Amino acid sequence: MYDGIMLGVTAAFSLTNLTMVVAGCLIGTFIGMLPGLGPMSIIAIMIPVAIKIGDPSAALILLAGVYYGAIFGGSTSSILINAPGVAGTVATSFDGYPMARMGKAGKALAIAAIASFCGGTVGAILLIGFAPALSSVALLFHSAEYFALMVVGLSAIAAFAGEGMVVKALLMTVMGLIMATVGESALFNAPRFTMGVQDLQSGFSFITLAMALFALPEALFLVMDPARANQDDADKQIKDLKITRAEARAIAPVIARQSIQGFLIGVMPGAGATIASFLGYAVERNIASEEEQKEFGKGSIKGLAAPEAANNAACTGSFVPLLTLGIPGSGTTAILLGALIALNVNPGPRLMIDNPTIFWSVIISMYIGNVVLIILNLPLIPYIAKLLTIPRNYLIPFILFFTLIGAYIGQNNATELLILVGLGVGATILRFANFPLPPLLIGFILGGMMEDNFARAVNLTDGIQFMYQRPMTLTLLLIGVALIALPIWRRRRAKLSVADGD
Amino acid sequence: MKFTNRIRKTALSAIAATVLLAGPAIAADVDSIHFLIPGGAGGGWDGTARGTGEALTKAGLVGTATFENMSGGGGGKAIGFLIENAASNHGTLMVNSTPIVIRSLVGRFPHNFRDLTMIAGTIGDYAAFVVHKNSPIKSFADLLAAYKANPRKVAIGGGSVPGGMDHIVVAHAMQAAGEDPTKVKYIPYDAGGKAMAALLSGEIKALSTGFSEAVGMAKAGEVRIIGVTADKRNAAAPDAPTLKEQGVNAEFVNWRGFFAAPGLPAAKANAYRAAIAKMYATPEWEAVRARNGWVNIHNPGDKFVSFLEAQEKVIKSLMKKLGFL
Repeated sequence: MYDGIMLGVTAAFSLTNLTMVVAGCLIGTFIGMLPGLGPMSIIAIMIPVAIKIGDPSAALILLAGVYYGAIFGGSTSSILINAPGVAGTVATSFDGYPMARMGKAGKALAIAAIASFCGGTVGAILLIGFAPALSSVALLFHSAEYFALMVVGLSAIAAFAGEGMVVKALLMTVMGLIMATVGESALFNAPRFTMGVQDLQSGFSFITLAMALFALPEALFLVMDPARANQDDADKQIKDLKITRAEARAIAPVIARQSIQGFLIGVMPGAGATIASFLGYAVERNIASEEEQKEFGKGSIKGLAAPEAANNAACTGSFVPLLTLGIPGSGTTAILLGALIALNVNPGPRLMIDNPTIFWSVIISMYIGNVVLIILNLPLIPYIAKLLTIPRNYLIPFILFFTLIGAYIGQNNATELLILVGLGVGATILRFANFPLPPLLIGFILGGMMEDNFARAVNLTDGIQFMYQRPMTLTLLLIGVALIALPIWRRRRAKLSVADGD
Repeated sequence: MKFTNRIRKTALSAIAATVLLAGPAIAADVDSIHFLIPGGAGGGWDGTARGTGEALTKAGLVGTATFENMSGGGGGKAIGFLIENAASNHGTLMVNSTPIVIRSLVGRFPHNFRDLTMIAGTIGDYAAFVVHKNSPIKSFADLLAAYKANPRKVAIGGGSVPGGMDHIVVAHAMQAAGEDPTKVKYIPYDAGGKAMAALLSGEIKALSTGFSEAVGMAKAGEVRIIGVTADKRNAAAPDAPTLKEQGVNAEFVNWRGFFAAPGLPAAKANAYRAAIAKMYATPEWEAVRARNGWVNIHNPGDKFVSFLEAQEKVIKSLMKKLGFL
């Protein structure tokens, strides 16, 4: 293995491959910043270029660079304009956007960049050290465990179920779960709740929903409430990247935990960056102290660092099943697999033996890519953050434009725009009524996967005994229940003790 | 489904192509083609249309190729568009594949392939049954024996919905083997890759998937192919037995091909067909084909019609039996 790593280091540091890393990262970051353009569409655009390059190592390094560049850049639109372009950065907007609203956009972007860097770096190191051994971890989970994992992920909604909001948050979650059932699922050969509308046959698209729930109501609120957009006082702070020592001490353990947890979740072919970010958010919120918990959803630095570290680590982790088993765990890695095959590379357990240069140079380049990304991004943050100081009569049309384009571009379907505006109006009304919208999106994203895995597990075991048949399933389910029950129990106890004091 | 016509690269046609290409600036056979892709960028339809367009233009058979992705309704939107705007779309070719037959049958599309002008089936993939390398099941007969003993204990997975292509292939094979296809315990996954992971993790006993997808994994030594729905063994995996040679008379081809607007003048349709027919002998097409691992299955014009009708008949009777119709 040591020889292989050395081979990879030599190959990765060649001039061509270094250029590829830098080019990939740059392209990925800048396109990824646009809401609606996720890594999947960017990689699809880049594939013809990669095939023209011909050399499989260089091509894959370029595509991998685009991939994590896009994840890196994707958090920018989540933080600045509340418009997550990829499901993996939804959790980033929970605390990143409130921070930007408080005039701490620069700090939010810096924390996101550092957390991403750490997540990606830890992921790359784990990949270098354990990739061959991890292929068995990738096959550990059955449908039953994936279902249990989604249940754990769903506990992230607790962050939005604050004082007097429990019922509202639960209502929104159920609403999200219901919306996830629209269209044809993977398991039933019948369209559900489409009301005969052909465009709903494939269900609501994630990007349309994310724009309708987050970006659109936010832009409308800025129009209706000029005070919200007034940031004259915050102008000095907005570019400020400085993270205090106390803050660094608070987020360091979060980043460390989530880098490892995120990586392991990314290794599972049925989970990926989105689940990793929600789980990271849920776990960190529920183990934080009561004081810190109140901050979550309102601009907590821990709540921002956790999903950012987790989703980058998970992206790196998703290369384990791709490179060692030839199994794509996500839509993006499926496209990467297609590109590899087109380049006459057959990923699988023999890749490391037959093509050690490709295998190791790609992994080493991920490490280099992360360094490149942080060097590229940190100096740019003050300028990117300054976008928010654009007067709102220019900024809001700009946000609306990208919101609409983002929803249209992925599908090339004009009906998406009608759905976007319709849902956007609905979401704005819900916000007026003080309903938290993130639980709806969490329910929507996790709901589809939860239902699929549940139905599969029921089908496989002819019943629901799968819940306790394997100890792993049971453990995960118990963790999920504990994460949901713990805060409720804590709060009740706090209330009781207050009552006693009276 | 025996109407598959494999194009072989013969030395003769290669020479003919060379002569053709060496000639002084021959004008393209077709000025331009606008490819309508019923799904998003990066999918199978997208790759087929763009690859075909690339080969046709590079080989000089078509002047220019443009591409448009129109997703919606699992492909239904593009079909509807082509039919409603037929008069203004004589320059458009839409890519499609086996699901157009299946989804029309279950009424998911208001139209079916007969409402379009069938240009040609161009490429295809066979289906394959795959098991884990350590599985006690070594042949299709072993799978059948396990199935006979207790069908509820033989979970067979696939990357499509119940009643979708992978399920129909399982039912087709079981029926051809004289078993009851309705007893199949079919476990659907939302992508072929996830179904493969489930096979490797031991969640399912066998997997119904595309042959080209199975070949890569079999070469890596992770899985064993126990049956291919082709009429004879394929050079890409000479060790993989066909179902036919194991006494199960089931053939299935997942084709991809091109359709044009209804009412397209015959001369125009034939020009498209001629350009596609010429494409097979060009090195440009061979490069695209090899890059993607496609199998040439050329069914032009009337042959395409009879191929689709035969496939529809088989699928219809199976889906009736399975209770989806």
